[in-house]
Order: sequence, then C-alpha cells, then structure tokens
Amino acid sequence: MTHTFLLEVGLEDMPAEVIVQAEQQLVNKTKAFLDESHLSYGKVSGFSTPRRFAVMVEDLAEKQPDDDLTVRGPAQKIAQDEEGNWTKAAIGFSKGQGGSVDELMIKDEDGTPYVYIEKHIPGKETKELLKGLATVVEKIEFPKNMKWGTTNYHYVRPVHWLVALLDEEVVPFEVFDVKTSNRTEGHRFLGETITLNRPEEYEEKLKAEYVLPRRAERKAEIVKQIEDLCKGRRWDAPTFYRELLEEVTDLVEYPTAFYGTFDEEYLTIPDVVLETSMMDHQRYFPVREDSRSNHLLPYFISVRNGDDQYLDNVARGNEKVLTARLADAKFFYEEDQKSSIPDFVEQLKHVDYHDQLGTLYDKQLRAGKLLEVVKDYYHLSASEMETLKRATSIYKFDLMTQMVDEFPTLQGVIGEVYALERGEHPAVAQAISEQYLPTSVMGGLPGTKLGEYMALIDKFDALIQFFSIGLIPTGSNDPYALRRQAIGVVRIMLDLRVGHIEVDQFINDLIQASELPVSREEDLAENKAALMNFIEDRLEQIMQAEYQIAHDVRQAALGTTHKNLSWMLIVAQILEEEKETEAFKTVVESMTRVFNMTEDRDAIQTIDEDLLETDSEKALADAVEKLESVFAQETWPKTRYEALEEISPLISDFFDHNMIMVENEAVKENRLTLLQKLAIIAKQFADFSQLVI
Amino acid sequence: MADKGLTFQEIILTLQKYWSDQDCLLMQAYDTEKGAGTMSPYTFLRSLGPEPWNAAYVEPSRRPDDGRYGDNPNRLYQHHQFQVVMKPSPKNIQELYIGSLIALGIDPLQHDIRFVEDNWENPSLGCAGLGWEVWLDGMEVTQFTYFQQVGGMEVDSVTAELTYGLERLASYIQDVESVYDIEWADGVKYGEIFKEPEYEHSVYTFEESNLEMLFQLLDAYEKEATLLIDQGLVHPGYDYVLKCSHVFNLIDARGAVSATDRPAYLRRIRSMARNIAKSFLNERAKLNFPLLKEDEAQWVEKYRLESEVN
Repeated sequence: MTHTFLLEVGLEDMPAEVIVQAEQQLVNKTKAFLDESHLSYGKVSGFSTPRRFAVMVEDLAEKQPDDDLTVRGPAQKIAQDEEGNWTKAAIGFSKGQGGSVDELMIKDEDGTPYVYIEKHIPGKETKELLKGLATVVEKIEFPKNMKWGTTNYHYVRPVHWLVALLDEEVVPFEVFDVKTSNRTEGHRFLGETITLNRPEEYEEKLKAEYVLPRRAERKAEIVKQIEDLCKGRRWDAPTFYRELLEEVTDLVEYPTAFYGTFDEEYLTIPDVVLETSMMDHQRYFPVREDSRSNHLLPYFISVRNGDDQYLDNVARGNEKVLTARLADAKFFYEEDQKSSIPDFVEQLKHVDYHDQLGTLYDKQLRAGKLLEVVKDYYHLSASEMETLKRATSIYKFDLMTQMVDEFPTLQGVIGEVYALERGEHPAVAQAISEQYLPTSVMGGLPGTKLGEYMALIDKFDALIQFFSIGLIPTGSNDPYALRRQAIGVVRIMLDLRVGHIEVDQFINDLIQASELPVSREEDLAENKAALMNFIEDRLEQIMQAEYQIAHDVRQAALGTTHKNLSWMLIVAQILEEEKETEAFKTVVESMTRVFNMTEDRDAIQTIDEDLLETDSEKALADAVEKLESVFAQETWPKTRYEALEEISPLISDFFDHNMIMVENEAVKENRLTLLQKLAIIAKQFADFSQLVI
Repeated sequence: MADKGLTFQEIILTLQKYWSDQDCLLMQAYDTEKGAGTMSPYTFLRSLGPEPWNAAYVEPSRRPDDGRYGDNPNRLYQHHQFQVVMKPSPKNIQELYIGSLIALGIDPLQHDIRFVEDNWENPSLGCAGLGWEVWLDGMEVTQFTYFQQVGGMEVDSVTAELTYGLERLASYIQDVESVYDIEWADGVKYGEIFKEPEYEHSVYTFEESNLEMLFQLLDAYEKEATLLIDQGLVHPGYDYVLKCSHVFNLIDARGAVSATDRPAYLRRIRSMARNIAKSFLNERAKLNFPLLKEDEAQWVEKYRLESEVN
C-alpha cells in the first residue's frame, strides 16, 4: 500500500515575485529529499498563494526498501590468531556491525583473505523519515529574508502554520517554533480554519474556504473573468500584459475581476502615463477598444482578493484612488504644456549633470560632438545626420518636465511623446525615446538604428566623462551605473555589426571630440587603458553569460591586437568550436611556442632573405608572407583562422629542423624576427598563449 | 458623529483606544520638526536594544518639498501619521492591525484589503525593514514594517511599525475628494484649520526661506549635535540631529542641494544618527535596561563588551 503526503507552509503575505520560486523549490527539494531517502513516489504537485506554498506527493512508498550489504572487515591474519580463534579486532568488527563472530565469513580478495559479515538493514518507516523535511522547509531560499519577534530565524516572512500529513497521520516536526498539524487556513477574511482528515481533501476544502491553491488554475480563472468582462463591451481583453497578469495571480488567493471607470477628461493624458499609473502603481489592467484604432478607454480592470460581495464598493474605492492619481498626472501634463522644447532646453543649463562635469546642457553639446565621430565610423547618411543632430541638441529636455519628475521611469518616453506633440520629426522623437536602452544587462536594445546611435553616444559620453574624473567603479560601488552603460555600449556595437571598427581607436576619437579640459585630458590618458579594459570586461561577461565561452578562450580572444568587438566575439566562438578538432592542437601548440619565444622582443626588424638557410625555414618565410597578405585582405575571422591552421604544420616543421639559438647572431636574430612577424600577424586574430589544451 | 463616517478626531480617538487596549503606551507627538513618525525618539531610539516597547502616538510630519500652497487635494507640507510600534513584534500583529481597521468601521468583507510588498528604508537614519504597504481598495493607507536595521545596526529584537496615513484614511472613510474637505470634528473642516498654514509654509519653503541662514543653522546644529553625542547626552543630541534633518529638507526644497552634494549631507546625518544609536544603547545598558523583565544581565554584558571593543 502506498501513501499520500501533504506539506504546506503557511506564512504572512509573501512578495508576489517569490511565490513561484518558493513553490518550485519546495517541489524540487522534496523530490531530492525523497530520492536521497530511497523512498519511491508517484505524482508530485505544487501549490502556492500569497500566504502558502505546498507540495503533495502521491503513491509514496510505505517504507524504505530493506538493504542487504556485505561489509568487509580486517584481514584474516588480524581477525584470527594462530589457533584460529577470533581476535579482539574481529569481535569489535562484528559488534560494530550489529552481529556476532558466528556470522563472520572468510573470502579472498586479490589473493588476501578477509573476514566479511552479511548485514540486513531494514528500511526505515516513511513517517519517521519525513520528519527530516524540516530542513527542506528551512532551506527554501529567498532573495530577501527577515527576522521577527525576538527570534534569530531568517525567512521571507514569519511562518504561522505547517501542515505535514501522511494519510491520516500528522508527521511531527517543528520549523521556527511552529509545530506541524493537520490544520490549515482558508482565505483571511472569507474563510475559516480547516482541519484536513487526509491530504486528498486539501484542494477541495481550501476552495470551499475561498482559496484557489493551484496557481495555474487561479491564473486561468483571472483570464477567463477578464475575458468575460470584456465580452459584449467591445473591449480588447487586456490579458496580453503578461507580467501584470503573473503578478496579479500572485497577489490574490481568490480572484474576482471587476472594472471601474474614470472621467474621460483624463484621456488627454499621454497613453504611456495612463498605463504607468494604472499598471505600475495600481496593478490595474488598462482597457483598449477592440477596434482598429485600439485607443485607450476610460475603464480599468482590477482583480479583487475576495468574492463578488460588495464589489461596487470596492470598484468605487479603486476609482477614487485612480482618479486622484490621474488628477495629479493631468496637472503635471498641463503644466508641461505651457513650455516649449526650447524652454526646457534652456532650463537644462541650470542643472548639473555632475558637479565636475558641467550641466545637462553641456552634455547635449558633447553629444553633438561625439555624433561627428559616430558619423565617420558608421558612415551615417545626410538624412540620418540631420535627425541625430536635432536629437542630440534636445535629447535631455524631458528631464525638466514635471511628468518625468513624477514618473522617473518614463524618462525618454515622455521625451518622445512631448517631442511629437511639439512637431518634431518622428525619427527624432524615437531616438530620444530609445536613448536609455538597454535599461538592464539583458534589457531590450533600441529598436531603430538611430536609437542605437543615440544610446551609444549617451553612454560613451558617460563613460568618458566619469573616467576622466577618476570615478571608476570599484567592487559593488557603481553609483552612476557605468557597468550597465558599458554593457549597453558593447551590446549595441555587437548589434550594429560593423566590421571595420576598432574600439580603441573609436574611443580615442570620441575622447578627442569630447574636448576635455587639459588637466582632465591628462588624467584620462592614465585612465584610458582602464576604460578599454572596462569595456573588454563587459564583452567578456557577455561571452561567458550568453555564449558559455570558456575562460582561456575568452582571454585569447580579448588578447588580440585587433580590437574589434564583433570580431573578438566571433573569434571566441571559432576557437570554442575548433577546440575539439585535431588540427586545433597543432595550431595552439605551434603558435604558443612562437608567442613565447618572441614575447619580450623590441620593435620588429626586416627579415634578411639571404640569411634563410634551411628548406623548412624558407618554406615558413614564404608562408608567413602569404599569411600576411591573407590578413591584409581578409578580416573575416574564419578565413584568418583557416590560414593559421594551414601554416601551423610548417611551424612545427620549422621547430623540428632548426635550432633558433645558434651561435651565429645574425642567423639567430633573423629566425627570431621571422617568428616575431608571425606572432604579430597571429595576434591580430587572438593571443594564442592564453589557450589551454 | 458625522453621518459620513468618523471625523478625523474620532479616527484618532478610535485608534488610540484600540491600541491602548493592546497594551500600547499612548505617547504624545514629539515636539521637534520631523519628516515622519519613525523619527520620533519613541520609535527610532526605542526600537534599539533588547527592551520591549509598545507605543502609539499621532505624529504631525513635515515634508517641505510636498507643500502645494494648499492647492493640491492630496499633497501637504504637513500631514499626520498615526504611529504604532510593538517590540518584540507580536505573532498576531497582522490580525491586530486588521482589528484596528474593523474598529474604524472598515469591514474587510466589504472592501479589498491587501498586503503588497514594500521594503522600507530611511537612509538618513540608517534604518531598513521589510514589510508591506496595506491597500484598502487600491489606496495605500498604512506602511507596515518589520524593522531589521536601526541606526545602521541589526536589531536585537524586531519592532513592528504601523504607520497610518491619517489624511488618506479619513478622506476614504468620509468619502471626500480633497483632504481639505475632511471633517476634523463636527462642523469644522480640515481646510479651515490647515489651508492657511499650508499656503504660508509653501510660500516660505519655496520662495522666502533664507538660504544663507539655513546653511548656517545646518552647520551650527551639526556642531552642537556632535558635541552632545560626544558627551553621551543622547536625547538633546538627537534633537539637534532632527533639526539638521528638517533644515536640510528646507534647503533641499529650494533646489539648493545638487545631486552630488546630497549623498554627502545624508551621510553626515546618517553618521550622527549611528552615533546616537550607539550611545543610546550604552546609556540603557548602564541603567541595566530597566524595561527588560528578564535576561538583562546577558544584554548588559553584550553592550559592555561592545563598548569596550569600540
């Protein structure tokens, strides 16, 4: 006969974003626990609401299987004396194994006789083993823990009840001073305390007490209710706001969707502000008309944590709250309407970007200068330049609006809306909107090329400026989010995929164009290498996180003298792919030798062909010349790698048949020069000496 | 009683009675300007150390930057908080809180009451906690926090802090659109008492304040606070820290603090608050933690050792 087991942790309201993880962790850790305990089981289901997470295990074995073991003891010569009597060692061993000397047997192992004992270990009772789940509960990890009362426990929220029920029996254990029982709680306001006779009653009894413990079911219920509300009203059911839907699912135990209205006068507020007010601040679903225009309607849908009693009351309360928010937003919007873009730009002259780095207006001026460099590198057309010139000359203006002061997350976006309202070209507005992207390490990139250039300029300016006053991030201290901005720079440059840009030169030219004061330009000269490394470190981070490239390969790719971010990434991918091939080993071994022999050499001299003595030496010299021309004509990393692969047997040959450190100084120098030349060319691909084979 | 629900003062009386019945000391508002009830010594200082402390009080809270000349229906230079602190946090604190809403005539079955995660932080006092904002039909009416850190130190015993926004609660209960329409008592509206001071404080804060004097005051208050802290005079020292904080807010409201100077000012106030917190604990330890009923020797020893290390 098998068992059913239920474990539920009941606690004060958890943050919405940890609930799914808590359920998954409980399920996975319970399974791992059962596996380690050698308890077989069938179906395992998880449950969660803001106030609980639970796991149900079906077809759980009655007990652990018994185990028959043969345990080896001491060698026979130690276990028995000369007369064949058992020694103290043998007696000790048999006792230790819970048997007696009568049970000892002697068997040979590799020609040496040892004593053995056969042991029968009866499996433990499931109920007994399940007490160990206390640690499973304690070990659920949360991003933020707290302590409470006078205890020193740390958990997401204080725990109030624990259900651990194996069929009809409570499995007794304790977590954070809370003892297990067969009692759980219904909905905080609508429900009662529930006594469970068996785990199977869990879902049904909770539902009767206004709790839907299956998250997927709760979500489906919310979707259905929202769709029902929209049906017949020509509303486009707003269930496509996935993140909001997930969050709302984790804010309620018993969902009841309802709609509310607000005055049409607020529809004059930009859509994005209405949406932010409703979604981010109130967790409401905005409602759009189910028509081609798809415009916002003066309605919202919200989900109550409760039933449909007094729903009008709840709707009215929510309407009042939203109206107060929208009244504020409308006030700010109308205040902003009184100013033109030049008015706002004028105000930028009075706001410091940073006290050593001038005003926001100065930042815009610098952006205009950096744009000229971007133009040269990315071959911007006249019309692109026209758009970006306009954009850089106004792109920070929305920071002066009341709306951004009130809704800081809408910086850039408000700029776009206001720019369009004030007659700017849509491409200008778009570029302004996209200047802050990506806003997180993996965040979305600008959707347009011009947006990418704008974002690139803005971020490079920040990096150059802060590095020029020595404000370089250390450890976790990065108050100006320079790491994120550098990641943005790298991801955008990779996305723009322009093959000929060497980032070190690009940065040099950008610095030049920044026209730093002399003293800071000198400081930056010292920090320039740090800036370059800072950017390469971000590229390395991307190689590792997004492309799973190994450490040595990353170092080799980053160690190239050809500082082109796209190529560096492709080189890393090629090396990672080639790693498994036979030829790779030859390439790396021969190249490493070349690199090691030439690493300390000064500027390269010319090769004297007359001093080339052996055939293998001449062959290599010819091949190096050919390699040089391949590299001069082809930047595509794959072609370059193939050329390196081709030359590598000749290098091995060369080393096999020639002494480098010969007495004749001229010949020796000539050979080293040949290798040096080869190393210089190869390093335009990668620093092979970093590779581990 | 007004037919539109409890008046403002009835709300205060109801909460005072309710929390008094839960064995909270009814304290009075602390007489130094401050931005929040948390800054009262009845919360900030008393949440330190192992001594139990249960208290409730109304705290008028000044936020100069939120002044709107009495024009905005929801924003005020000064609003009123009803503050409840219970240390150690009782196991049933959530239920106690809900009980207080019921006492105010808010039937949970007729509304939607939610506990939405909100982690609270007051960097200038080195305080941080975890908890929720409590939503009543979508309106945030209470900040509910379990203190984890006070004055930059991890707490010995966790304080549960409930901060009711009285104006919001009242405008909800009385169903008015503007705080100025709230009935303070029968026949007297909130606006009739506070509209004029709101206007005048806004004029002062945004137009007339004497920045030169405020900067001088900030320096003078800081010097005095530092001096008093060094002498172990915790309470007068803390008064001057509160004065620094208020003067800083006045300066800030004039936009006279640049974004980069701000962290430095906040750091100065934080470092004073930390020192106050430490010396408060030392002084309480010297008095053998008089509010502790048991185990005081162990705590006295802990703080004796810590003060020796320092």
